[in-house]
Amino acid sequence: MSLRILVCVKRVPAPGARINVTDDGQSVETAHLGFTTSPHEECALEEAVQLTEANGGTVVVLTLGPPEAEEQLRYAASVGAHELVLVPTDGTAWDPQRTATALTEAIEAQEAAGGAFDLILFGNESADSGGFQVGVRVARALGRPIVNGIKGIEVGAESVTARRAVDAGSEVYELPRPAVLGVKEGLNLPRYPTMRGRLASKKAELVTAELDVEAGGQRLVALRQPEEQVSNTELLGDSPAAATAVVDLLEELGVLES
Amino acid sequence: MSDIPSTAMPATAKVVVIGAGIVGNCLVGHLADLGWTDMVLIDKGPLPNPGGSTGHASNFIFPVDHNKEMALLGVQSANQYRDLGLSVDSGGIEVARTQERWDELQRRMTSAMAWGVEAHLLTPEQVTELVPFVNDEIILGGFYCPSVSVVDSLETGTVMRRKAQDKGVLEVFANTEVLDIETEPTPHNGLSKVTAVVTDKGRIEAEYVVVACGVWSNRVANMAGATIPLVPAVHQMADVGPIDILAETNNEIGYPIVRDMDTFCYERQSAGSMEVGSYAHRPILHHPDEIPSNAEAALSPTEMPFTPDDFDEQMEQAIELMDMLGDAEIKYAINGLLSLTPDAMPCLGETTEVANLWSAAAVWVKEGPGMAQVVAEWMTHGYPRVIDAHGADVARFYDWERNDEHIWARAEEHFNKTYGIVHPAEQWASRRGLVKGAVYDRQEAAQAEFYEARGWERPQWYNSNADLVERYDLGPRDTEWDNRWWSPITIGEHLNLRENCGVVDLSAFQIYDLSGPGAVEFAERLAVNKVDKPVGSSVYTPWLNNDGGFHSDLTMMRIAEDTVRIVTGVFDGGRDRFWVLKHLPADGSVTFTDRTRDLTTLGLWGPKAPEVLSQLTGHDLSQSGSPYGSYLDIELDLPGGPAAVKLFRISYVGDTGWEIYADWDHGGAIWDALFDAGRDHGIRPTGGGVYGSSGRMEKGYRLMGAELESEYDPVEAGLARPRVKAADFIGKEAYLAARERGPLAKMCTLTVENLTDAEGRERWMQGGNEPILTADGERIEDGHGRVSRVTSAAYGPSVGKHLLLGYLPPDLAEVGTDLQVMYMHERFPVKVAAVDGSVFDPDDTRLKT
Amino acid sequence: MTVLVLIEHDRGEAPEAAWEGLTAGRHLAESLGCELAAVVAGEAGAALADEIAEYGADVVHVAEHELLGDYGPDAWAETVRQLIDDIEPTAVVGVGTDRGNEVLAHVAARLDLPFVANCLAVQPGDDPDDADEPWALTRVQWGGSLLEDASVTAGLKLLTYAHHGVAAEPADSPGAGSIETFEPTLGDAEAVTIIRDRAVESQGVTLSTAPVVVSGGRGVGSADGFAALEELAELLGGRVGCSRAVTNNGWRPHRDQVGQTGTRIAPEIYIATGISGAIQHWVGAMASKKILAINTDPEANMVVKADYAVIADLHEVVPAISAEIRRRRGG
Repeated sequence: MSLRILVCVKRVPAPGARINVTDDGQSVETAHLGFTTSPHEECALEEAVQLTEANGGTVVVLTLGPPEAEEQLRYAASVGAHELVLVPTDGTAWDPQRTATALTEAIEAQEAAGGAFDLILFGNESADSGGFQVGVRVARALGRPIVNGIKGIEVGAESVTARRAVDAGSEVYELPRPAVLGVKEGLNLPRYPTMRGRLASKKAELVTAELDVEAGGQRLVALRQPEEQVSNTELLGDSPAAATAVVDLLEELGVLES
Repeated sequence: MSDIPSTAMPATAKVVVIGAGIVGNCLVGHLADLGWTDMVLIDKGPLPNPGGSTGHASNFIFPVDHNKEMALLGVQSANQYRDLGLSVDSGGIEVARTQERWDELQRRMTSAMAWGVEAHLLTPEQVTELVPFVNDEIILGGFYCPSVSVVDSLETGTVMRRKAQDKGVLEVFANTEVLDIETEPTPHNGLSKVTAVVTDKGRIEAEYVVVACGVWSNRVANMAGATIPLVPAVHQMADVGPIDILAETNNEIGYPIVRDMDTFCYERQSAGSMEVGSYAHRPILHHPDEIPSNAEAALSPTEMPFTPDDFDEQMEQAIELMDMLGDAEIKYAINGLLSLTPDAMPCLGETTEVANLWSAAAVWVKEGPGMAQVVAEWMTHGYPRVIDAHGADVARFYDWERNDEHIWARAEEHFNKTYGIVHPAEQWASRRGLVKGAVYDRQEAAQAEFYEARGWERPQWYNSNADLVERYDLGPRDTEWDNRWWSPITIGEHLNLRENCGVVDLSAFQIYDLSGPGAVEFAERLAVNKVDKPVGSSVYTPWLNNDGGFHSDLTMMRIAEDTVRIVTGVFDGGRDRFWVLKHLPADGSVTFTDRTRDLTTLGLWGPKAPEVLSQLTGHDLSQSGSPYGSYLDIELDLPGGPAAVKLFRISYVGDTGWEIYADWDHGGAIWDALFDAGRDHGIRPTGGGVYGSSGRMEKGYRLMGAELESEYDPVEAGLARPRVKAADFIGKEAYLAARERGPLAKMCTLTVENLTDAEGRERWMQGGNEPILTADGERIEDGHGRVSRVTSAAYGPSVGKHLLLGYLPPDLAEVGTDLQVMYMHERFPVKVAAVDGSVFDPDDTRLKT
Repeated sequence: MTVLVLIEHDRGEAPEAAWEGLTAGRHLAESLGCELAAVVAGEAGAALADEIAEYGADVVHVAEHELLGDYGPDAWAETVRQLIDDIEPTAVVGVGTDRGNEVLAHVAARLDLPFVANCLAVQPGDDPDDADEPWALTRVQWGGSLLEDASVTAGLKLLTYAHHGVAAEPADSPGAGSIETFEPTLGDAEAVTIIRDRAVESQGVTLSTAPVVVSGGRGVGSADGFAALEELAELLGGRVGCSRAVTNNGWRPHRDQVGQTGTRIAPEIYIATGISGAIQHWVGAMASKKILAINTDPEANMVVKADYAVIADLHEVVPAISAEIRRRRGG
């Protein structure tokens, strides 16, 4: 069962404990930052690679982003993706509708050229803007089922079984193929690239698909920092003897009833 | 804000150390040991890893370096880590892929012998016995050093810091950012003095402030108006694994570290994975403002985002050497920041702009504890004791070396030389022509080969003298290495000077005038020898530190009743200038004036020199009319009119002649007139290869920074005069004690008795710390533990021998003693030819006729 | 004019988020001066009507269909879409849980309208009747580390409120809560994404509902190091959590991970041991009522942001706390 799987990924900054915003408020200040692939999507990619390793097939990775997003595509190739597609933007953040429309067009073009995808994987949401919708919109536009929050995938001959983690366990969905899934970190533990993988990734073919679509109805006005939380940390001690004070606190909070 | 910090910031402190990396931590530990109290250590980051370069260091020490300061402080540091139980001797191997590198490893063996470090050369098979995963088909062999160690720099820092805290002499404030360093002017020397450190947690008035801020040091020093010339630069490192053969060692480090020298990379085991580090990528420099804060950084401020494109070539090479690395996962990779300076040496000591503001920067983990000790001793005793540290003295930099353009250009140039093969005489390619002498255009016309000295361009030889090679039947040396940065023309210039005469450009002399009612008294205080002599006299004299070691050697002239002129060399001019300003009387009785760019100096020497010069003046130039060691204020008759000069009868080359001091603008006219007058007397432009090297070495003249260091005293250097002047001077007490004690080593001139190596080639020692050995090939140390090594080397054309200078213990310092010298890992027979004297014209008859 | 609130529930059981959504929806309706209505997918939801009324809803639309017996994003979204056709609300709001965001995204995709997820503040245009006038919203990015001021222009506003962004609060005067049942038209297209099965993987209290979470970070040092945390969590009837570093090291399964890409929690007290407090982790823990940090580094981000701190080695402090609890219970 050879599988043709598409993974959509997003280039996002890799910040530290504080995220700064550019003076115009239009984006995150990335002068000091590296970039990475949104964590959920790293798992999506890993899953796709594992599925094709087990079943044979092809992993196509698609990103919509600035030309620099080539870095994330090459990274994908370094961990096992076979084909790379870049839909370049002007570097500004595209709203979810615009993104979804462009991705849909790009996917349709990919399918027209290389055959239909058995499975399309999205991250549940991007690490930065977190719109929680692009995968759903694309699936809808393609006329395919999608379920989000997926942390387990089994591909059958006709269908895909997907598990969504909930508090006490998981919900099981069974979607007819071809299907779309929005996956979450925890689906697997993504591999790191090997040195050989990295070197090979530089030779992977990268297709650029120029697209221009209209903006949707949501517009970014400005990013800003939340108000700094003023915390007055109360020091309960600097040795194990602090245990008494800690248990006093637990009693006070009412969490100690046995 | 957290209220966790235990105590409020004090309002005052004796010393505030900024930066809690390996240097700052070790510094407070050493200062505590030396009795300091009332110290404060602050860092803008958290502890124990505040986010500087220490936190991501690869933490290994290869104890062999050709540079003495770096090598011995590396060993000193390794010992300090070892004594704390915070290091493991993993061993390390430098492998060679090329013949050129294999030759370099022979040189490493030589330096290992010099510094007393055990080392062995290995065949490829022997390399794989120690490190089985090395591809022995691509290497020619390895240089194995069993004492290569891996250290825990963070824990060492913590232990050193806690030691001071436990003594109750240190308070520590993490997450405390310095906003400003306050100073007040010191009018008597035109500088300023540190008064306080302003932080986001409060202001501390401090007598001393130390900048130990690693890559941020220049920015922090700038707050006080001082400069610490360094730049943050990227060193890429990737951690790859897991790798079974490494994991099976169950050890942080189970295999020797491998330095793949030809690819400028290293492979260092870290538990189950391998750290691959590179100095091969393009130089990537950052301005301190581009370094993220602790909060902004994804990892730490100095672990900047990895740029994989820069590392790909190194990965290919690493896989070539260790195939298993190819399938290991890249788990962690950084563009780690470290500090680079314009000349690849650290920045230690008091800043020249702000009194009591100290620099302890551009120091890597491998030399951190030792360098911290240097600074602690310097602050305590006024001078380092563990080693002579002039090469790391932050005062060495001239103004033109302190700007970003210069720092960046030089750092870019030497970054890729971190594992490079650097010739002892290697010249900089970037930022040339910064300072040109008064006759630069004439020198260019004479096809001068310029060497650079702290920005100054100085002719080493003149290609227009190529005909002398034929005249004296000279030729190149047998090996490329010995010919590199050398020309037989310099031998021709030497022989011509001895036969006829030569003109040497001395524009780079640093000339400082001390004037005012206190000038002579102050000059006496600086100098060992008596300065208070009649106007027209001069004195060549050591300047000592309080411990009686050399700070400098130079010439001082009484040019007026209340004015003393100081003439010193360009390499140490910055340090000497700072020494004067630092000691300048606060009562304003002495004024300091830098005359370097007002005056130019030309040297004219050789048996024909008097004849030539007498064509430009009617003055009596005989030994009675112009005695040795004195100067005349006269006018030279030049075609364009008279030019006032000081004719100073002195010689650093061993033939009679003068240093001619004149207004800078007259330099060209005097040069032209000398050559016109000397046309029929064989006059030639003559380069530094004669002046600073062959000429002076035939005479056994010492050179600051080579023979003269703070570790040696004038008695040992053979510069002690029969009597000690009555006036007090810096270091007098120690000097008197040294005279009492007698020398533990003596400066000697050695002749190489046979230059032929095993392959039948003549080899020429460079003066790069080659070890002097007993006739049996044993390393020689004196009673102070100082190794006997070659401090200078040059062929003496007039004595027909290759000459070496070096200190020997008194029992070996006898003329005629047979010894050996190691060069390129081969031993050559040498003989002591002179002790405290010269091998050419030992009675100085040529100077005095 | 109506603000319609999607009531999240699982076969008749409503999570806290449902009431957060109603509370926020009520505030929005008040600012618009309009009616508050709720929609519940499935008959089982009818049992929630009384409580929904307490939160101010005048009308509770209960959708009944055999395909609404259990959750399915397409079935729920199609239901909502058909109700929208029917009642033409000004806004449909939910809460930014897995289901809330999923259903609203499906609704938006069906209508090709914008959907704004995880809002903290919603400012309607000056003229509530002018559908073309943009609304100003504040939503979270980076899991709450950054705020985005956004504008949305759409005839019908679709949005969710950030979970834990609004505290559930019944209305001062309950709404009528009149139940209006309707039967949407649902078919095979909606059936495919309905839950087919469930697997129970843990019993009792879960990470997201535990009143106490005892978490460990890199400072715990190893998988074995978590035994002491397990013990304390058990004594407190809580759960063990961890940071992403721990998951990446393979010391704990991902389901224990607290953070932006793990579980977001809001316990009575969060005990964070050996955790430095990077953004990724902090945004998962910041809704905790109280935070106690145990760390050797007094300047660690987690310590600085915590309500309480013990500056000492967790390997000593955690067992000491357990011992003290046992001592008091024994005594």
